[in-house]
Amino acid sequence: MGAKAENGPKPPPPVSSPPPLKALVKLKTKQQELLIRAAALALIYVLAFAIRLFSVLRYESMIHEFDPYFNYRTTLFLTRNGFYEFWNWFDSESWYPLGRIIGGTLYPGLMVTAALIYRALRFLTFAVHIREVCVLTAPFFASNTTLVAYFFGKEIWDAGAGLVAAALIAICPGYISRSVAGSYDNEGVAIFALLFTFYLFVKAVNTGSLSWSLASAFGYFYMVSAWGGYVFIINLIPLYVLVLLVTGRYSMRLYVAYNCMYVLGMMLAMQIRFVGFQHVQSGEHMAAMGVFFLMQVFYFLYWVKGMLNDTKLFQSFLQITLTCAIGVGTLALGIGMASGYISPWTGRFYSLLDPTYAKDHIPIIASVSEHQPTAWSSFMFDFHILLILFPAGLYFCFKRLSDATIFIVMYGLTSMYFASVMVRLILVAAPAVCLISAIAISATIKNLTTLIRKKSKAALTVSSKATSNLKASAKALLDQSLPFQRNGAIAVLVGAFYLLSRYAIHCTWVTSEAYSSPSIVLAARGAHGGRVIFDDYREAYYWLRQNTPPDAKVMSWWDYGYQITAMGNRTVIVDNNTWNNTHIATVGRAMSSYEHEAYEIMQSLDVDYVLVVFGGLTGYSSDDINKFLWMVRIGGGVFPVIKEPDYLVNGEYRVDKGAAPKMLNCLMYKLSYYRFGEVTTEYGKPTGYDRARGVEIGNKDIKLEYLEEAFTTSNWIIRIYKVKPPKNRW
Amino acid sequence: MAIVSRFAFFLLWISVLSSTTHSELVISRIDRRVDLSSHIVRALFSLKVENVGSKVVSEVLLAFPNMQAKNLAAIKTLYNEGRGKVKASSVSLPTTVVEPEGMPPELTFYSVSLPKGLEKGGTVSLDILAIFTHSLQPFPEEITQADGQLVVYQDSAYYLSPYTVKVQTLGIRLPGGRVESYTKFPNAKLVDSEITYGPFENFPAFSYSPVIVHFENNYPFAVAHELVREIEISHWGNVQITEHYNLVHGGAKTKGGFSRLDYQARASVRGASSFNHLIFRLPPRAHSIYYRDEIGNISTSHFWGDSRKTQLEIEPRFPIFGGWKTSFTIGYGLPLQDFLFKVDGKRMLNITFGSPMDEVIVDNLIVKVVLPEGSNGISASVPFPTKQGEEIKYSHLDIVGRPVLVLEKSNVVPEHNLYFQVYYHFNNLSLLGEPVMLISGFFLLFVACIVYMHTDMSISKSSASYLAKIQLEEVQATVQQIQNIINQCLAVHDKLDASLRDLSRTGDVQSCKIARKTADAQLKELVKELKPLATFLHHSPQASHIWPKVEELVAKEKDMQDKMFLRHSTVVDCFEKKLGGREIENRIASQQQKLAAVRQEVDDLLEFLDEI
Repeated sequence: MGAKAENGPKPPPPVSSPPPLKALVKLKTKQQELLIRAAALALIYVLAFAIRLFSVLRYESMIHEFDPYFNYRTTLFLTRNGFYEFWNWFDSESWYPLGRIIGGTLYPGLMVTAALIYRALRFLTFAVHIREVCVLTAPFFASNTTLVAYFFGKEIWDAGAGLVAAALIAICPGYISRSVAGSYDNEGVAIFALLFTFYLFVKAVNTGSLSWSLASAFGYFYMVSAWGGYVFIINLIPLYVLVLLVTGRYSMRLYVAYNCMYVLGMMLAMQIRFVGFQHVQSGEHMAAMGVFFLMQVFYFLYWVKGMLNDTKLFQSFLQITLTCAIGVGTLALGIGMASGYISPWTGRFYSLLDPTYAKDHIPIIASVSEHQPTAWSSFMFDFHILLILFPAGLYFCFKRLSDATIFIVMYGLTSMYFASVMVRLILVAAPAVCLISAIAISATIKNLTTLIRKKSKAALTVSSKATSNLKASAKALLDQSLPFQRNGAIAVLVGAFYLLSRYAIHCTWVTSEAYSSPSIVLAARGAHGGRVIFDDYREAYYWLRQNTPPDAKVMSWWDYGYQITAMGNRTVIVDNNTWNNTHIATVGRAMSSYEHEAYEIMQSLDVDYVLVVFGGLTGYSSDDINKFLWMVRIGGGVFPVIKEPDYLVNGEYRVDKGAAPKMLNCLMYKLSYYRFGEVTTEYGKPTGYDRARGVEIGNKDIKLEYLEEAFTTSNWIIRIYKVKPPKNRW
Repeated sequence: MAIVSRFAFFLLWISVLSSTTHSELVISRIDRRVDLSSHIVRALFSLKVENVGSKVVSEVLLAFPNMQAKNLAAIKTLYNEGRGKVKASSVSLPTTVVEPEGMPPELTFYSVSLPKGLEKGGTVSLDILAIFTHSLQPFPEEITQADGQLVVYQDSAYYLSPYTVKVQTLGIRLPGGRVESYTKFPNAKLVDSEITYGPFENFPAFSYSPVIVHFENNYPFAVAHELVREIEISHWGNVQITEHYNLVHGGAKTKGGFSRLDYQARASVRGASSFNHLIFRLPPRAHSIYYRDEIGNISTSHFWGDSRKTQLEIEPRFPIFGGWKTSFTIGYGLPLQDFLFKVDGKRMLNITFGSPMDEVIVDNLIVKVVLPEGSNGISASVPFPTKQGEEIKYSHLDIVGRPVLVLEKSNVVPEHNLYFQVYYHFNNLSLLGEPVMLISGFFLLFVACIVYMHTDMSISKSSASYLAKIQLEEVQATVQQIQNIINQCLAVHDKLDASLRDLSRTGDVQSCKIARKTADAQLKELVKELKPLATFLHHSPQASHIWPKVEELVAKEKDMQDKMFLRHSTVVDCFEKKLGGREIENRIASQQQKLAAVRQEVDDLLEFLDEI
C-alpha cells in the first residue's frame, strides 16, 4: 500500500527539513514492515531448505529408507516411459508370481510432481538428473509449507503469528523427520498439501468466496493424489463444520465453502484410481456426506424460517424436519452397510481410533515400528518447547474465538490425539502445533513489547524535553504503573528468546544427528573417533544386480522388497506394499520352517536366492533375527502349522543354547548364523558371540543342504543364499 | 582340446603350402620374447631380415594365425638404424594388414614397409611388438573360491613366417607361480619362471609346431566390456572427464558359493584369483574426483597426488571373482591449460586416448569429446584407426547443444594410451552466452514483477469491489499524507522547542521571536494543506472507521500548537521581564506537563494510524 501512496500528489517539500534518513524511516513504515516481513520469509524459506540438506552433507545425495525407493523407481519409470505407460504399468518384478498393478495401487501425486519439476527444469535447460530432483523434492515442499504456514497464521491470527509459525515449522523436528533431503516419500508433499488445503478452506470460510473454496477443492485433490492421509481432511472438515453448526456459527460463508469444497473435491478425488468411489462407498468418508446433507437441511430450515414468521409454527416444523432428516440418514446408512454397498471401516482406521486394535487383529500393522503408540520422550524430542507452548496457544485461541481459531484448535486437538496413537502421525500434528505455538509466542511477545515500548516512549518523550527540572514529573509518570512491570516484561522477553534459541539449537542438533541418516548407509564411530561407514546394503543389492541372472527371484522379508527391486533390479516375492497378507505369511512360514520344508515352499515360489539381514557381527540390532517373531506371528496367523510357542522358551525369545529346538533349526536361524560359529567377534568372548543380542549362539554347527552361500557382505549385514536346483531323480 | 586339433590341421595345410612359396627374403635370426605375466600377452620379436633374391624388396610380411590375429590389439614395428651397435635412433614403421595372393586363408598378414628398399644381400633388423588380448585360456574353466587360476597359452615353437628362418629362439616369461605343464622340446628348459625354446636352426617357411604352457596366473583379469570416456571441455578452465566402466573378471568362472569367512580369514589364498582394488594413474593436478555407480557413491577409494602424477585406488563394492561383473563411473576434473592449446588460430585439445586404469583390456572403447557450445570446424587426429562420428549433447543452459566427437575403438590395451588431438574453432565471446542468458532471465523476472506490481490487471473496471478498492487506496494515500503533515508539524514544534533552549542559553529574545514567527507561518501553511485532505476523508465512505481517529488527531495537534505557543510566549515574556530561571520553570511546569500529555496522545494516534 505504501507504494501506492507515492502515486498520490506529492506533499510539498517540508519547510523545516528533517534529516532525510529519518524522513524515509518515518514515511514508509508500512513498506519497511513489508520489506522486513518479506526478507524474514525469504530467509525462513531458505533455512527450511538448507537445514534439510544435512543428510546430503553427512552422507550423499541419495534416496533414503524403504518406501522412497519404490517412489523413486516409479518416478524413474514415469519419466522414461511417460504418463500413460505409468498409469497402466503392471509390475511383474514384485509380488512374484502375482505381480502388482502399479497404476491402480499407488498415490501418484508425488511421482507426478517430481516428474513435472524435472520436466520444468529440463525445459529451462538445466540438465539435472531425476535422482537429484527426487532427493530435493521434500525440502522444496517443506520450504513451500513455511509459506503456507505464514499465510495460514496470518489468516487465523495476524502477520506476526504467521511469521513465527513459518519459522517454527521450518525447523520443527517432527516435520523434518519426514522431509530431509532424500526422504522421497508421500508425506513430503502431503503435509504441504494438507496445510494448503486447510488454509484455503479457512480462507473460504472467512470470505465465503467461491474461488477460495474452489481452490481448496483442488488442494484437496492434490492431497488425495499424494497420500492416504487425506482421510484426515475429509473427516476433520465435516467435524469442524458440525462444531460450527452446533455452536450456532452457521453462516452463508460456511455453506458456500463446505458445499463447493466437498462436492468438487469428491468428484476430483474420484479421478485417482486408487481412491475411486470410496468417497461414496466407504465408511470412513460417510461423515463428510452426512454433514453435507445436514448443511442442506440447515439451509432449508433457514429459508423456511425466513418464510414463516410464526416462531411456534417454525418450532414444530423444525422438530419434524430434523426427525425426518436424521431418520432418513440413519436408514440410508443402515441399508448401505447391510447391503455391503458401503464398506465398513478398515483395520487401519480402527487402529487409529483404538490403539490396541492392531495388536490383536493385524500383526502386519503392529509389526511396523512407526505404527507404535508414541512415547513421551519422542514428543519432547520432536516438539521441544512447542509442547509447552501448545496449551498456551490454545488459551489465546479460546480468548479470541473466531471461525478460524476454532478450526486450528480442532485441528490441533485431533491431530495431537492421533499423534499419540501412532508415532508417525506426529508429522500431521506438527503444523498444527507450530501454528498454535506461534500464536502463543506472537501474542505474548507482542504484549510484552507494547508494554516496554510504551514505557520507553514515555521516558523518551520526557527526556527529549531535556530540561532538567522535568525529572520529577517523569518520575511521577513512571510511578503510576505497576512496580517492576517493565523489568518483569524484559525478563520474560529475555526468557522467551532464550527458550526460542534453545529450540533452534535443539532442532539443528536433532536434524543433524538423528534424522539425516538414510538408513541404507550406516555410520558409526570407530575406535579412534573416525567415522566408519557400513555400506553393506548397497554392496549386496549391487551384487544382486550385477551377478545374478536378470530373472532371478529373491526371497526376503518384506521390509527389503522395495530396495531389492529398486537397487538390485531383481524380482521379489513380497515387498513393502503389504497388500497380500497370505503371500507375506507364506514367506514368514518359509523362514520359520525347517530347511527341507522351506525348500518345498521356495520351490513352489520359484525362489532362486534368499536374502537375510544379520547384525550379529556388527551389533546392528534391526536385523531379521530381531524381526523373526513377527515372521512367526504373521506366518502363524495364516498357517496354523507355525506356532509361536514353538520358538519361545518359557515365553522368552532367545538364540543361545537355551533356545527352543525349532528356533535353532529353522531356516532363518540357519541362514543368519551359517558359519558364524567359527567367527570371533569380540575379544575375550567365545566364537559365535552375537553382538546384536549379546549372547553366544546356540547352534554353531550349521549345515545347509538345499541352499548354498552365494554372497555375504563385508560386515556380514546381508547374507544371500542360492537355492540349489532339485537333485536328479533317476 | 579342440584348439590343439585345429592347430594340427593347420600344420598339414602349411606343410603343403610351404613348398609352393618362394621368396627373396630370409630371416637370418629371430628372437621371440613372450611376456605372460599379466593377462595381456606382449610378444617382442627381434628379427634380422636378409635379402637373398635379386630384386629390391621394400616390404616385409609378418604372418599370424587367424586365431592369434583376431586377438591382436596392437602391433608396432621399430626399425633400428645402424647395424646393431648403435640402436639409439629407432623409427616406427607403418604396419598394415595385407592380403597377399596365394597365401593360406588361415593366416593374416601384416606388411611392414621399409623406409628404403632392401638391396640384394642387404640386411635389416626390426623390432616388432605385438600385443594380444584374451589369449590366455583359463583351464579348468570353472574354479572354486579357494583355487588358483590356471591358464593355457598356445604358440608355435617355430616362428610362423612366409620366409625361411635360419636361427630362432623363443622365450616365454611366466608370472612366477605354479607351472602345471609345458610342451617339452629337446632344447626346452624352464629356468626362473622363464621357458626357453631353441635355438632352432634352418626351418623352412610356414614351419609350425604348437607349444602349450599351462600355468597359474592370478593377475587381475580386468576386462572392461565397454568403456565410455566423456571428455567435456569448459573454456572457463576445466576439462571434466567421466568414465563409465563395465568391468568383468575375464578369468576362470567361479563355481560354488562365495564364503566371506574364508575370504576374510585368508584372502590371499581363498580368493587368490579375485581382485578387489584397481589403480588409476590420472594426469597431474586432477581434482574433484568421484567414484560412484547407479545406486550411489562408493566410499572405498584412496587418492594420492603430487605435481607429477595423481593416483587413485578404488575398491569395487565387492571383490570380483571370475565371471563376476561390476559397473561404475569415475569422474575427475583437469586444468584446462594443461590440455588445450592454440595452434594457428585453431584450438587443439591434446589428451590421452585410453583408460588410465592399470593393465585393463577394453573390448569396446568409446571416447566422446564434448566441445563447448558454438564450436565448429571439428577434426581429430588419432595415432591409430578409429571409427568417428558426431552427436549433440545438451547440458546446462544449452540451446543448440554441444557438438560431440565420438571415437570408437575395439580391443584397446594400455599401449593405446597415447595422446590424440582434436582441433576446433571457438569464439571466446560465446563464453558469455550462458551468463548473459542467466542474467537476462533474472532481469526479465524482475521486470515482470515490477510490471505486475504497477499495472492494473482487473478485468472489470466498473465493478463495485474494484471501485471500493480504488477508493480504499485513495483513503490510505490521504491518511498517509495527513500523517506526513502532522509529522512535519511535530518537527516544527521541535524547532520551536530548540529555539526556547537557545533562549535559555543565550538569552537572545529577538531570534527566538523570529523563530516563533517562522514556525507560525509554517504551521499555518501546513494546516491549510491539511484542510482539503481532511474534508476528503470526511466525505469518503471508505474512511468512516478511520475518520474519527484522524479528526481527533487533527484536533489534538491543534491543541498542541496552542499549548506550544502559549508556553513559548510565557517563556519569552519571562525573559523579557528578566525573571530568574526557577521562576520561569515554575510558571511553565503545568504547561509542560499538559504538553507532554498531548504529545503522547498525538504519538499514540499516529501509531494507531500507522497500524491500519
